[in-house]
Amino acid sequence: MAHSEQEILAGLGEIIDEIAGVPAAEVTPEKSFVDDLDIDSLSMVEIAVAAQDKFGVEIPDDQLKDLKTVQDVINFIQK
Amino acid sequence: MSTTEVVVTGLGATTPLGGDVATTWSALLEGRSGIATLTEDWVDELPVHFAGRVAVEPSERLPRQRLRRLDRTQQFALIAAQEAWEDAGAPEVDPVRLGAVVSSGIGGILTILEQYDTFREKGWKRVSPFTVPMLMPNSPAAAVSLEFSARAGAHAPVSACASSAEAIADAIRMIRDGRADVVIAGGTEAAIHPLNIASFASMRALSTHNEDPQRASRPWDADRDGFVMGEGAGVIVLESAEHAARRGARVYAVAAGAAYTNDAHDIVHPDPEGAGQARAIRSALSDADLKPSDIAHVNAHATSTPAGDVGETVAIRSALGDAAADRVMVTSTKSMTGHLLGGAGAVESIATILALHEGRIPPTININELDPGVQVDIVRDKPRDLPADALAAINESFGFGGHNIAVVFRRT
Repeated sequence: MAHSEQEILAGLGEIIDEIAGVPAAEVTPEKSFVDDLDIDSLSMVEIAVAAQDKFGVEIPDDQLKDLKTVQDVINFIQK
Repeated sequence: MSTTEVVVTGLGATTPLGGDVATTWSALLEGRSGIATLTEDWVDELPVHFAGRVAVEPSERLPRQRLRRLDRTQQFALIAAQEAWEDAGAPEVDPVRLGAVVSSGIGGILTILEQYDTFREKGWKRVSPFTVPMLMPNSPAAAVSLEFSARAGAHAPVSACASSAEAIADAIRMIRDGRADVVIAGGTEAAIHPLNIASFASMRALSTHNEDPQRASRPWDADRDGFVMGEGAGVIVLESAEHAARRGARVYAVAAGAAYTNDAHDIVHPDPEGAGQARAIRSALSDADLKPSDIAHVNAHATSTPAGDVGETVAIRSALGDAAADRVMVTSTKSMTGHLLGGAGAVESIATILALHEGRIPPTININELDPGVQVDIVRDKPRDLPADALAAINESFGFGGHNIAVVFRRT
């Protein structure tokens, strides 16, 4: 089932709020996880697993490290 | 050679009696019990249905995303450390001169058990990536070090139920050795889980007075049948007297000395002669440069187990000698808090410090008939005043493995 960009963004916002305490409103496509949202590598692992549960798309470790921004994750899930 | 004097400038606690030191202390003086029947479904499978849960849940104090990355032991430790730090006036100190010595007796066992359940039910990918930094026994010390930028060293001495008394003893030495000017010291435990209750019940260490939980913890009562599990943390701020004086800090007491011994008698049972305990008291007095007659009060380890309580009073008498032992006033605050395991020594050190500072000794509650073997004067039922000229008090903590720790506090 395909998800719209808006759905994915909203879903990621909820996940990041829950895991990292960053308000969902701050989770916008251009934001960098490390530089803008202050999310570390262990939290990225949690976010990837939660995203898999929510969108049914597995993010392998070797690709996770290349997903730098929120838009990168949206693109990966939509792909 | 002169020894650096170490003083107590801040206190913090979260216990079954209260979410901070003030509420815990007033409950201790009122003789209130913090024990209650557990409401979880799993208690029906166990012979023990009660424990002392913290009065204020960490979820009321820490933000959600911090809670999920911290084991409950770390949550308690941080809450108590924050209070102690503020109580000390948030001292300005160079981070490389600030230490953290924070123990847990068991470590992050709730994390271990929860994550093992997750692993079995959902597979390895659902295991939290924070599992390791939550379960390691040094995690409360590390969390406190991180929170307060304590860079002189972070330590977590482990000696079962003596752990946090050992942490305070080590912290005194850390300052005396010149490694730090200020040390955040104490201990924490969060182990109320069916496996842990089953494990202690299996060794017949727990009280099974399910009909009357608030009267179950009854140190020195002739009819005592075991300890009552509690949870929580106690943390104090220790500081070189010079550093405290320079910044005009309020001083609760002098952390005058401490000592460590081991029974090497049995893996769980204390030496019935109390020789190791008595040696700890004598060595601590010597370390504090005090004499037995200077000790007005002992906050005893006494957990309400048949084996330990009376032996401890024998050790106190043997260590202090008859003249001093006839005068010393002894209490067990575990009658109200239950046994906080790795948090016990620190919470009870706080009670000892406040007894000196406020001049009031909290009572031991729930003694219906005093065990005839008891060798000292127990403060029963009601608090007692400490004489105006009383100089010092001892906190004793013992742990499975034969560990005996005595910490001596002196009035300023």
